[in-house]
Parts: sequence; C-alpha cells; structure tokens
Amino acid sequence: MMQARGELPNWVDAGLIPLINLAVALIASGLVVLVIGENPFEAMWIMIQGSLGSLKGWGYMLYYATNFVFTGLAVAVAFHAGLFNIGGEGQAYMAGVGAAAVGLGLDFLPWPILLPLAILAAMAMGAFWAWIPGVLQAKRGSHIVITTIMFNFIAASLVGYLINYWFRPVGKMAVESREITGAYILSAREVAREFFGVRIASSPLNFSVFLALIAAWAVWYLLWRTKLGYEIRALGANPAAAVYAGIRPDRIIIIAMTISGGLAGLMAVNEILGVQHRLLLGYVGGAGFVGIAVALMGRSHPIGILLAAMLFGLLYQGGSELSFARPEINRDMVVVIQGLVILFMGALEYAFRPALSALFYSVGREGNQ
Amino acid sequence: MNLYIELLASTIRMSVPLILACIAGLWSERAGIVDIGLEGKMLIAAFIAASASAVLGSAWIGLFCAILASLSFALVHGYAAINQRGNQVVSGVAINMLAAGLAVVLGNEWFREGGRTPALPPEGRFLPLHFPALDELPVIGPLVRVFLEHSVLAYAAFALVPLTAWALARTRFGLRLRAVGENPHAVDTAGISVAALRYRAVIIAGVLCGVAGAYISTSLSSSFVRDMTAGGGFMALAALIFANWRAWPALGACLLFGFLQAVGNFAQGASIGGFQIPVQFINMLPYVLTVVLLAGFIGKSAPPKASGIPYVKDR
Amino acid sequence: MTPAIELIRIDKRFGSVHANKDVSLAIAPGSIHGIIGENGAGKSTLMSILFGFYHADSGEIRVKGKPVRIKSPSDAIALGIGMVHQHFMLVEPFTVLENVVIGAEGGTLIGPALSRARAELTRLAKDYELEVDPDAIVGELPVGLQQRVEILKALFKGAETLILDEPTGVLTPDEADHLFRILRTLKDQGKTVILITHKLREIMAITDRVSVMRRGELVATRETKATTVEELAELMVGRHVLLRVEKGPSKPGETVLEVKNLTWKDRKGIPRVDNVSFTLRKGEILGIAGVSGNGQSELLDVIAGIARPASGQVIFEGKDIGILGDPRHVRAEGLAHVPEDRQHRGLIGSFDAAESAILGWHHLDSLGKGYRLDRDKVIARAKVEMEEFDVRPPDPLLKSSKFSGGNQQKLIIAREIKSNPDLLIVGQPTRGVDIGAIEYIHKRIIQLRDEGKAVLLVSVELDEIRSLSDRILVMFAGRVMGERGPGADERELGLLMAGVSKDAA
Repeated sequence: MMQARGELPNWVDAGLIPLINLAVALIASGLVVLVIGENPFEAMWIMIQGSLGSLKGWGYMLYYATNFVFTGLAVAVAFHAGLFNIGGEGQAYMAGVGAAAVGLGLDFLPWPILLPLAILAAMAMGAFWAWIPGVLQAKRGSHIVITTIMFNFIAASLVGYLINYWFRPVGKMAVESREITGAYILSAREVAREFFGVRIASSPLNFSVFLALIAAWAVWYLLWRTKLGYEIRALGANPAAAVYAGIRPDRIIIIAMTISGGLAGLMAVNEILGVQHRLLLGYVGGAGFVGIAVALMGRSHPIGILLAAMLFGLLYQGGSELSFARPEINRDMVVVIQGLVILFMGALEYAFRPALSALFYSVGREGNQ
Repeated sequence: MNLYIELLASTIRMSVPLILACIAGLWSERAGIVDIGLEGKMLIAAFIAASASAVLGSAWIGLFCAILASLSFALVHGYAAINQRGNQVVSGVAINMLAAGLAVVLGNEWFREGGRTPALPPEGRFLPLHFPALDELPVIGPLVRVFLEHSVLAYAAFALVPLTAWALARTRFGLRLRAVGENPHAVDTAGISVAALRYRAVIIAGVLCGVAGAYISTSLSSSFVRDMTAGGGFMALAALIFANWRAWPALGACLLFGFLQAVGNFAQGASIGGFQIPVQFINMLPYVLTVVLLAGFIGKSAPPKASGIPYVKDR
Repeated sequence: MTPAIELIRIDKRFGSVHANKDVSLAIAPGSIHGIIGENGAGKSTLMSILFGFYHADSGEIRVKGKPVRIKSPSDAIALGIGMVHQHFMLVEPFTVLENVVIGAEGGTLIGPALSRARAELTRLAKDYELEVDPDAIVGELPVGLQQRVEILKALFKGAETLILDEPTGVLTPDEADHLFRILRTLKDQGKTVILITHKLREIMAITDRVSVMRRGELVATRETKATTVEELAELMVGRHVLLRVEKGPSKPGETVLEVKNLTWKDRKGIPRVDNVSFTLRKGEILGIAGVSGNGQSELLDVIAGIARPASGQVIFEGKDIGILGDPRHVRAEGLAHVPEDRQHRGLIGSFDAAESAILGWHHLDSLGKGYRLDRDKVIARAKVEMEEFDVRPPDPLLKSSKFSGGNQQKLIIAREIKSNPDLLIVGQPTRGVDIGAIEYIHKRIIQLRDEGKAVLLVSVELDEIRSLSDRILVMFAGRVMGERGPGADERELGLLMAGVSKDAA
C-alpha cells in the first residue's frame, strides 16, 4: 500500500533510474577531476583509448573484468539471499592459499589433473571462509556484515603469516611463494603463439575469462532455473513467507554464503593461477570491494554484472594508462569512482525517483487533458 | 621495567583514536544509524589535518579542517540513511572507498609525493604535554608521566567516555537518542523529529572521527601516508560490539585492543620472554575475539533494535 | 456548545489511493465518539491527520472553535490531543517512567521530569484506575498494561482529547472491560474520547455518538441510542450483505486430524497453546473462534509444521506430524495451509504471480525434475489456477504486489486448494478482502468440504465462523473453552470468547 512515491513503469525503475544514477556518479567523478585541474573529457578519452584503443588494452580490460565478475557474482548471490557479504576480499585471499597449496604441494601430478584440483581448492578455501560467517549467522545470529568484515582482517593476518612462515622459500626476500610451475593457466598470448603461431600484444588475459562467463551462466541458472535458487530468492525477498513455505533459513543462509565464497574464490584462479603464478602478499588488492560496486551496478543479475565488470575493467585499465599520461591524476581516481558508483547506485538508489515520478505524472496529466 | 612502561604508554597512544572512533560509532548506532564508515571518515580527516596543518602551519587549523572534512562525509551518510532511507551498510562502504581514493588523489595533486603529505614541523602537530616537575619526582615520576604526558587530543578522548555515559543516561538528548535507536515510531508520535535526532547523532560521529583522524596524522605521526588508519575504524567497530554499545565498556574494549596493537608493534622488533608468537596472530586477535563474542560464546550482544533500519512512517 | 474538535472537508490521497474524501466531523466535548468502518475505510488515516502524523491535502481542523494548523504530533500534543496507536509506540527497554517522560522532559536534564512523572502517575492511578509500576521495564509488561502506559503518556502530556485506534484488538475481555471503565471515568472527568474500531458491540456499549466511514467517506453520524447494530452494519458495508452462505448439511466421514493435548510455549516459556485437543473428520469444516491473540495463530503454525509443539501430538491420517516440525513434510502428507497474514507470509511481493503461485509447492516433481525448476511449467500451472479462480488480471508475469488484496488471496487459495489436500487449514481467509471475493472464497471452501475434504478454519470474524462451520471450537488464552454447533447462540459464543464457560462450572 506504500504508494506515496508513485508508481513508475518498469522500464523507468529498472532501466532509466540506474542509468541516471550511473551518469550522476560519473559526473561527480568528472567534477573531482576538474577540481584537481584536469579536463574530465580528456581524461575520459585517455581512459577509453587506453583500454579499448589497442588489443593490449582490451586484454587488460578483460583481465580486470574477469576478477570483478567473480567477486560481483559472489556479492550478488548473497544479496539474493538477503545477505550482505562484504568478505569477498578475505575469501579471495584465502582462496589464493588453496590454489597455491595444491599447485605447489601436488606439483608431481600432470597438469590436466593438477589444474582442476587447484581450481577446486581455490573455490573450497573461498567457500570455507564464507561458510564460517554463514554458519555463525544461521546458527548463532551473528550479523553477517560484521563477521565478514572481521574475517577480512583475520584473513589478511592469517595469509600474511602463512606466506611468511610456510610458503616463502628460505632465503627469499620478497614475501611470496615460489613459482607455481605445474598448475597455471596459459595466457591468451602464449596460446596464440604456441598453437596458432600468431603474435599478439602482451597482457595478463588468460583462460579464466571463459571461467567467468561460465560462472555467470551458472549463477543465472542456479537462481532462476533451480529449486535451490528459488529458495534462495524467496528467503531474501520475504523470510517469513519462506519459512511458511518450508524453506529452512539456516540451511539457505549457509548454502548461499558457501556459494558466494566459492565464487569469490575463483578470483584466485585468474590472479594466482592465470597471472602471478605464485602466492603473494595482498594480491587481491581491493577486487573484493569492487565486487560490491559491480553487483549494485549490475542489479545482481549476471548479465548486468558482466557489463558492470567490463566497465570497471575499463576504468582500472584506463585509469593506469591515465596515470601514465597525466601523472597529476593518481590511479586511485578509480577508487573514487568506485565509491561514487556505490554511493549513487546503492545508498542513494532512489534519490532521483521522486523527481522522475513528478515529471511522469505531470506529463501524464497533460497528456490526458 | 622500561619495556613495560613503554608498552603502557604505547597502549594509551594506540587507544586514543580507537576510543574517539568507537564513541563516534556509539552515538551513531545508539540513534539507529549503522556506521561502517568510521574508517573512511577517520582517513579523510587524517589526510585533511596533515594537509591543512602543513599548508597553514597550525595543528589547530588542521584539526578544524579535519573535523569539517569528516563532518561532510558524515552528512552524506546521514542524507543517504535518513532522508533517502538507503542501505546504511552500502553507504558506509561507499564512504570508505571515497575517502581512501580522494585522500590519495588529492594528496598527489597537492603535494606531488604520491599521496603522502609533507612532514609537519612541531607547531603543526599535537605534541604530548610535558610536565617538567615530574622529572624531579623519583621512582613514580616515570610512571605518572606515562599517564599524563599525552597530547590534548588524548585528554579529550578519555574525557569523552564519562561525558558520553552521563549524557546518554541523564540528559533529555540522551534519552531521546536512545529511544530513537530502539523505536523511532515512539519518538515520532511523541512529537519529536526522528530525522533531527539522527542527524545530531551523525554529526557527533562526524566530529569525533575528525578528531580521531587528526590525532593519527598530527599527533601519533607527523604526516599522512596512504591507508594510514589501517583498519582502525573497523577495530573501533569491533570494540563497540565488544562493549555492547555502552560507553564505559567501550573504554575497556578500546584499551584492550590498543594494548594488543601495542604488543603487535613491539613484537615486530623483539620477542617477549623468549616466546615467539607470530605478530600476525596478535594482530588478528581483536577481530577473532569480536567474532567469538558475536557468536554468543562469551556474553550476549544486543544492538539497538532499530539500528540499520530506515525509518518509514507506516499507515 | 463549541465542539472539542472539528474536522472540515478533510481530503487525503496516498498516490492512487483516495484515503479520505471530503470528510467533515464534529466531536462534542466530554463525550465518547466512536468512528466505525471496515479495514481500509480511512478511519486511521483521518485520526493520523488530526494527530499531525499525516497532512491533509486540503481541509481545515478546528480545536475548541479555533482554526489550527497541525504540522506534527508535537502541535497536536500542544493542543491537548493525545493518541493511543493500534501498535504501541513504546520503547521496550525503557522503564514506564522513561516512556512517559519522552517528549515532555521540560528541561535539559531528565532527573526532575522523572520525579514529576512519578508523582503524576500516582495521582492518575488513583483517579482513573491506571495502576502501573513506574519502574517496570515496559517490554516485560503484559499487553494490557502496555496500553495503560500509552494512555498515561497522553494524559501526562495534558491530553484533553484522547484518540484510541482499535484499542481492544489485542486485549483479553477482562482487559477490555477495564479499558472501558477507564474511558468512562475519563469522560466523567470532562475528557473527550475518540474511539476507532470495527467492532459494533464496542460502539453500542460505550459511545455517545458514532460516525460511520466507508471507502474514505464519512457516510453518517448517529446518536448511539438512536441507532441499531443492523443500521450501522448496513452503513458500514454499503449494501445489505447476508453472510448466510448456501450450504447443505455435512456428511462427516472418518477422522483426518486428531490433535491430542497439544501445548506450545513462546520464548518466555508461556504456553500460548495450552493442552488443546480436538478431532476433525472428512467432509466437515471445523471453525475456531476467538478474539485474535488467543492462541489460534500459534495452533495453526504448529499444525502446519512451522512451529514445533512443546508437548502433545498432531496426528494426521494416523501419523504424528507434530514431531516433524517441517512444513514441507507436512505438505507432502496432504495438508494445505492458507496463512493468516497474506502480505507477510502468503506470497512474495517482488516475485511474479507465477512464482508466488508455487510457494511451498516449489519442490514438486511436476514443476521440474530433481533440482531443476521448469519455468514453462511454473507459468502454465499459474495460468490454470488464475483462470479457474478468476484472479484478475490473469497475468502470471505480473508482480504479486501489484494485485489487489482480494486477488492476492484468491491466488493463495487457488494454490492451496489445487494441491488437492486432504486437509485445508485456513487462517483469516477474508481479512481485508472485498465483498465479491469474500463470497467466492466462502463458496470454494464449502465446495472443498462437499468433495469430502476436511477444513480447519480460524477467523476472528464470528459471522464468518458461524456461517461456514459445521462445528465451532472457541479458544481463549490458549485453551479450548468449549465446542458448539453452528446454530449456537451468538451471545453464548461471545461469552466463551470472553473466557466465561458454563462447561467449566
């Protein structure tokens, strides 16, 4: 019965308003660029050029996007269950340990066996790190927002310890593991050279990008084509109705968190197995948090997430190009944009709705006269 | 002996920003506004304090500007949470990112040192007070100094605890604020503006985070470096939960977490009593303790009932 | 005599809902004025406007003859208007004193106000039978006492006119009687009382005058003495509705459900369902009457498997399903459940109708093998149900929240009846549903009975219970007070609902 804000057609709610919010976030970002004395349009152009203007730029853009698809899907699955998983960062970090432990510890296995095992280990560790907060929420009522934040910090210390005391080869100065030689994913460049004899620009793009596409499809299928997905969405949309329907909230919370953590864990596949080929300190670098922006922007739908992840891939790749071309603009400008996107597409989601509603009604009324 | 005195002094120093941020969170959350953005507000304040102090040459002007900066972020959060009824956690996450990004981008533009601010001269900092009389005092002199020789901001932080406890329990504002965090409908129908109350709480949180940030960059340190708050805002949040949203227990929790931070810092240099605990385990202890508490294994955590829920007049 | 309160041509819209249409009303000072109407007639909105909680789009308010502008509750309080809301506006962890004082602290520190309130409470307790321990934590008080705190709050702030919104909905009959005594005392002391209710009996028992609202309009004002229950009912509903439902005699078959010594306790350990036993046979409708909050909801939840009993058995077709404590398994045994709170539990507002139409039955193999959910089959199923039960619009892709209350309810009833249950349990089937849908829903329930199925019906509308049921159980304070036939005297049932039992004597 709450119709004080007025009904709007579906395409306005689902299409126009998010676009307006995004535009406002980008305009605000432009203003920040303006404040530091640079031309925002020029900056935008450099970013687009830097990511879409060359094959290399595309490679980097898609590589970043791959990370963000995983972390964005992780946030989205939890969102659908009514949970806010802020712990993607820690889950992905722990997943790196899984990937590296299998990749290094079982490196006597041939790669067709080792690689899937390493991928599964990454997912399992990420899932495990989300499973604990899930269980604590489901069984003990501990607020998942707080526990996942805490688990990010615990992971940061724990993985730091593990790398320092267990993974770092004796005598090595850099805080990182030795190279994973058996279970790595070939970069697009190597594949092109090895199998097709084609030389393409160097970039970290690798086959994980297909894994991201598969993950996006799998999440869509799970949520909208399975009974489990139905239960996840029902719980998130209306917990009382879910209980009435015989859906057990504790079970669904734990399952949704585990899936969410597993998805976040896939980020380690791209980063550790695909690019770095070793476990290194702080390798997640905020991708877990970008996932929140991506999920909000993509409205928690896999298609939206793919698009949003590509936009953020563009911003990250373009942003580093920009900081080369214009040292006055720091790379961290991307973080500012991220923050503004989360602010306008998340917290201020409905800020422009009343104005639009008024506009529609006045237009409607004139039309009727 | 010296080591323990140093540890004690360090504990107090590390506790100060925690106390300020924790009490900031307490005011906000007791009014029903969840504040994940303590970290961001502290960070932007630390940056602005160091910048303004470096340019204008006064720690006090730095503090003033830091409060303004933190306050503006707090008001954004307030607008999102109170007027727009947005998701308060999302808004807090946005504020943290915005602060982290802006501090580096603006710092890079202003000082061209990759986000760092110039080193501050003594008059640009809040230095510990010095009591020469204590030097004369034998035996207990050094011990008393540990407690007294801190900057004015530290004094403010410790004074804040009894003030907050008293204001919440005994004043009209405190009563209404506690009520609005439990049941805003009751406050609204009593003819009191829910929004105004919550804005006041958010403003208090903003001011206190501003002081906390200024303390970090102009008292604990002499310049701003990126990610300077290093999760302190979240540790304050943990302390707030640990203290069950009460002022005096908050002091205890902050001192405990401050002590663990101090031990962590020391352990990087020396091993204690020949017993080596990896520093990472000391660092994670506050968070582990908080999770254990949240899980209900020690005591029961009871947040204000309306916290995080946007207020909507229903029909 | 100048009216205490005058509302002149008040008009209010919420989006497309016209909640108050040009309402004018005058309240005489020192009187008890009833406002009666069905759910959604606009009574609460009108009073919320008077209390400054909402703002009228147009119209004028006069207090003691003077035009006033009430922009917020604080303006209303300053004008001597107090309101006791249907859902209490109390801060549960606070003491009674603290609750009373909020908004009337009188200074920066609350100490003096608390002592003033303590003295005032003692006086009010004496004058009006309003005894409450001033230091009790409000959340720990029983509902009746909490309501007293609400009245005390208003009086402490100097209310001359007291608005009560559906005050007896949550009260036991004893508590309601006590409330009425308080209200009469208030009137005798010169206060003005406005009583919002949808219960005719209360209007007749206590008011001096009564105004009837229907669909946002004020349709009539009468002297209570000069009117009858029949006239008011007709004014309320608009046309003369006979709640008599066409139905033949029941042909009860074998026992389907046997509830034995069933007890369910809430978190505080208080038995809300207390040693309840009854049986239900095929081909009959068993109605459970009672004032809301007397354990009926909890009983339904236990039978449906949502809540687990503390002791006792729920034997359904020879199996104890109480120990399952799982709605899904209970459904699999052949039980269907139309929940009391449609909006809150019966469907999912953000899901499309097709998805809401499988809620609780989504795991059926006919909707997809194994873990899969076949979207085409889901939509096809919804289409069939919507057509058969005349859900309008018959669009399975429309969001559930966009249907009217009656159509939402038809969607739920369709879902549960089409699952072909042996036993249907129904809570408040027609609450907030338009007349047309009510008749249709009643017809379907009877049809189900005539097909030889068993129906357990819970409703707070006594008329509904009496016209549908073959046998009637009355619940009070978690216990079954007695069983009566459908022809039972209304007064006798009313007494049982009030906890007065001749059987016990």
